[in-house]
Amino acid sequence: MSIKLSKHDKQLLDGQHGEGARLAMRIVVRMAEVHEAAELMDVTQAHIDGCGLLSETGLEFAETLAAKGARVSVPTTLNMGPLDLQNWQKFGIDEDFAGKAIRQAKAYTDMGCIPTWTCAPYQSYLTPRFGQQIAWGESNAICYANSVLGARTNRYGDYMDICAAITGRVPRCGLHLAENRKGQLLLRLKDIDAAIMQSNEFYVTLGHLIGSLAGDKIPVIEGLDAGASGDQLKAMCAAAASSGAVALFHAIGLTPEANTFEQAFQGGRPERIIDIGLSDLRNARSELSTAKEGAHLDLVVLGCPHFSYNEFRELSDLIEAKTEKGKKLHPDVRFVVISSQTSYALLQRGDFLDRLTAFGTEITLDTCVFHTPMVAEDTKVIMTNSGKCAYYAPGELNVRVAFGSMADCVESSVNGKVCRKDPLWEKS
Amino acid sequence: MGKILTGKPVVPGSAEGAALVSKEPLSFWGGISPQTGEVIDRRHDLSGSIVTGKIFVLPTGRGSSTSSATLMESIRTGVAPAAIINLSIDPILALGSIVADELYHQTIPIVVLPEEDFLSIRKDDYLIIKPDGKVLVNEQRDK
Repeated sequence: MSIKLSKHDKQLLDGQHGEGARLAMRIVVRMAEVHEAAELMDVTQAHIDGCGLLSETGLEFAETLAAKGARVSVPTTLNMGPLDLQNWQKFGIDEDFAGKAIRQAKAYTDMGCIPTWTCAPYQSYLTPRFGQQIAWGESNAICYANSVLGARTNRYGDYMDICAAITGRVPRCGLHLAENRKGQLLLRLKDIDAAIMQSNEFYVTLGHLIGSLAGDKIPVIEGLDAGASGDQLKAMCAAAASSGAVALFHAIGLTPEANTFEQAFQGGRPERIIDIGLSDLRNARSELSTAKEGAHLDLVVLGCPHFSYNEFRELSDLIEAKTEKGKKLHPDVRFVVISSQTSYALLQRGDFLDRLTAFGTEITLDTCVFHTPMVAEDTKVIMTNSGKCAYYAPGELNVRVAFGSMADCVESSVNGKVCRKDPLWEKS
Repeated sequence: MGKILTGKPVVPGSAEGAALVSKEPLSFWGGISPQTGEVIDRRHDLSGSIVTGKIFVLPTGRGSSTSSATLMESIRTGVAPAAIINLSIDPILALGSIVADELYHQTIPIVVLPEEDFLSIRKDDYLIIKPDGKVLVNEQRDK
């Protein structure tokens, strides 16, 4: 091995800190070889994605590490898991599946991870600070941490995340280093109507488009509104990290490493310049749907990534506008919102939870529709306001999907069929 | 007429099989079923193809950081490709193969080829991958 290891690294590798830590360190060192990194470096926080999918290998890996005495050495949060740990019986989950999911959850908490169980950890607990070196899994969270917060992480896959958390070490390479964080592509927003720019849908659509344009390059966006909300950027990151491998973007005048054009490109020039107009966004928006207007709707899924308190409030206002007119959730439609225990705790302190449940909203925590078997097999058409959910649902859930705004989702759930009437996007 | 390409062994190993080729990146999670080996990304040009036993030639992975888990699970269930050839190093795919090796002593080789060589591989070319990263294209076996 040509990688320069510290004394502590060598001790870990020799098993002086236990067999679990040794296994984790072996994987970290092999990944350093893949990256051709000269040495390892410290991280001071981790977020684990590997706890999400329930597979035999995932369970076995976690239990092997835990049984060999591995413990995390830095504060470590957990991504959503395969089960709503408190309410799973309500969702008709198979007991054998639940039993394994609970074992997997236990293995991770036994290793000292914090049971946040959310894919939006940056809205939950232990939000990383600017410049902090971290090892994060979960593609949307990686993109958000790097781009919006200015923390530094590479795209850590399952199960490198837990190995980094145990050892506190990662290969010194990639986005951990300032010189690799400079912009590569310039994407210029051209003549986009201000009303569209302020809509949540715009951020999802733009994210989806950026992912397909950028691949794994670092895009710099010119023309984004500096007033974009955390929820809007969350939605954009999730979409961009699904249609592409975007781990970092800069938005001039908005994100912390891009106060100016010069700063975003670190004094260099873009490799390519691409202009984005309304027609590009319209195409991206229609790409996100595989179900047609008017299709019979079975299920609405919101909360991918996990719903924040503010998103719950927005939903509550939309629902109130319907129920005031005597409208109800269509009996053929299930309305599922996915969130974290943290946001739910706030929701319980707010004054609109009853309104959401009276409408028929099913709130599930700690997990997501992709990782827990809660979508009925006869579900054919789902609707979502999430670019990530729209991207993965056809393959993972074997359904057709309609993408629309949160308002479209509520409207469609009342009508029992997909209906999007957004005049904003019709203009030429 | 065969030829020999020289690649970088990201995860070294030996494998052989027919090439399954795409110019499009693919997220393995949401893209491949670890139960059947089918490409299930309905927006991907290989949608419906089976990767099992093939040498899967694709530029890189993308998207989900769960892809390493999907690759690892498909190695365990026996539906994984025989090997992967990429255009650039995809650490998430490499990781899936490495963790499978550490846990089960089962791995699949991953090789990165230069662009011109990568683009020269056609569907159903018979590929033999060597531990040093060499890729034999339509060479007669046991030569």
